[in-house]
Amino acid sequence: MREIQCSKITEVIRKLCIEANEHLPEDVKCAIKTARKEEDGEIAKGILDNIIENYEIADRENVPICQDTGMAVVFMEIGQDVHITGGDLTECVNEGVRQGYTDGYLRKSVVKDPIRRGNTGDNTPAILYTEIVPGEQIKITVGPKGFGSENMSRIMMFKPSAGLEGIKDFIIETVKFAGPNPCPPMVVGVGIGGTFDRCALLAKKALMRPLGSSNKDPFYADLEKELLLKINSLGIGPQGLGGRTTAIGLNIETFPTHIAGMPCAVNINCHVTRHKTEVI
Amino acid sequence: MSEVKKITLPLTKELAKTLKAGDRVLLSGTIYTSRDAGHKRMCEALARGEELPFDPTDATIYYVGPTPAKPGQVIGSAGPTTSGRMDAYAPTLMKVGIRGMIGKGARLDEVIEAMKENFGVYFGAIGGAGALLAKCIKSSELIAYEDLQSEALRKLYVEDMPLVVIIDCYGNNLYETGPNEYLKSVESKHINN
Repeated sequence: MREIQCSKITEVIRKLCIEANEHLPEDVKCAIKTARKEEDGEIAKGILDNIIENYEIADRENVPICQDTGMAVVFMEIGQDVHITGGDLTECVNEGVRQGYTDGYLRKSVVKDPIRRGNTGDNTPAILYTEIVPGEQIKITVGPKGFGSENMSRIMMFKPSAGLEGIKDFIIETVKFAGPNPCPPMVVGVGIGGTFDRCALLAKKALMRPLGSSNKDPFYADLEKELLLKINSLGIGPQGLGGRTTAIGLNIETFPTHIAGMPCAVNINCHVTRHKTEVI
Repeated sequence: MSEVKKITLPLTKELAKTLKAGDRVLLSGTIYTSRDAGHKRMCEALARGEELPFDPTDATIYYVGPTPAKPGQVIGSAGPTTSGRMDAYAPTLMKVGIRGMIGKGARLDEVIEAMKENFGVYFGAIGGAGALLAKCIKSSELIAYEDLQSEALRKLYVEDMPLVVIIDCYGNNLYETGPNEYLKSVESKHINN
């Protein structure tokens, strides 16, 4: 049994909120640069150059890459031999978000109530997912999620008879429907299987996986490649103004499902696909 | 590809008529920030017969909710938000004189029709390039709705803001023509090869 203080978790979350918003992960930068080399649209090339210049400014000056610093999505893999002491876990996570968004000059984009609105003023609460895993460590990932792209995400409860073709069409249609709205080039997170709720979570988790990594199952690894190629032949291009680079990555995560179902969720992210992890 | 045009606000009807979908522009002058909650409030004020907090004649609105300025900064990161959420309000605002809109993403047909009637222009800024776009903003002054925080109404002075005309006052839409022209160019390369 290992004891971890709540205050330590708060401190790490605070730091990850700021760093994730100011510094784009290397895999995302690499994917944007590769896309720039392969781009053959004229307006598109200029836009990709500006996008590279933008994350370089953010890196150099420690400022947010994008003004939508998102809702703070926090994943915690908690070792079953860890004992968290000194406070309430959810509250210490929210305190980390509160401090990170205030001290880091990040935008507070959360409203108290979905219908009656009203800004909470400190970007809390976080969207917190906890998972109990073997071991005596805690792995914390903060993925600030902007809503320009979140709003273009969709879920569909397919009949199994829709088959692979149904899933493929739905993913492509979702990207087409999103068009210029989610600030392409986008990253596409796909969840297939599980229940209604699990399927959406799989799609979100797919966005946290490094770009350029493949699903471990060769069937899905091939599907990832095929769909990315198809998406990049749609012509939408950077910012929807035409070009090859509509997406810089597509990751699929799956889970067993019910004999009667075949859920598919598509979670769209923009080129500012942010996440930062630390293990304590 | 077209030359980059330097334009200076206000966006008069005459200036609007010279801008065509696909034009790349460097825009300078005074613009006003507003997004979801600010638009709702402005339209409610108009419905009550009140005036807007600024003179809307030939004015341009930037759909943005910036991050807070760090010490020494004019403004925080300040890229565009999705314009479609302002579609419900844009025709009302165009009727009282607002002509320019800066944002990103598709607009409804009703908005495009209102643009044709009122010589409106919709400019696209690069979504997700908030750190870069903040560099063009030379001054920022809070003028109304302070309680809305990042959604408050601000008066900005911008210099050489890099934009693309997405929809012009004739109804031409780069979101339709841009991808189609790109696909045609790829097709013709295949044929020529």
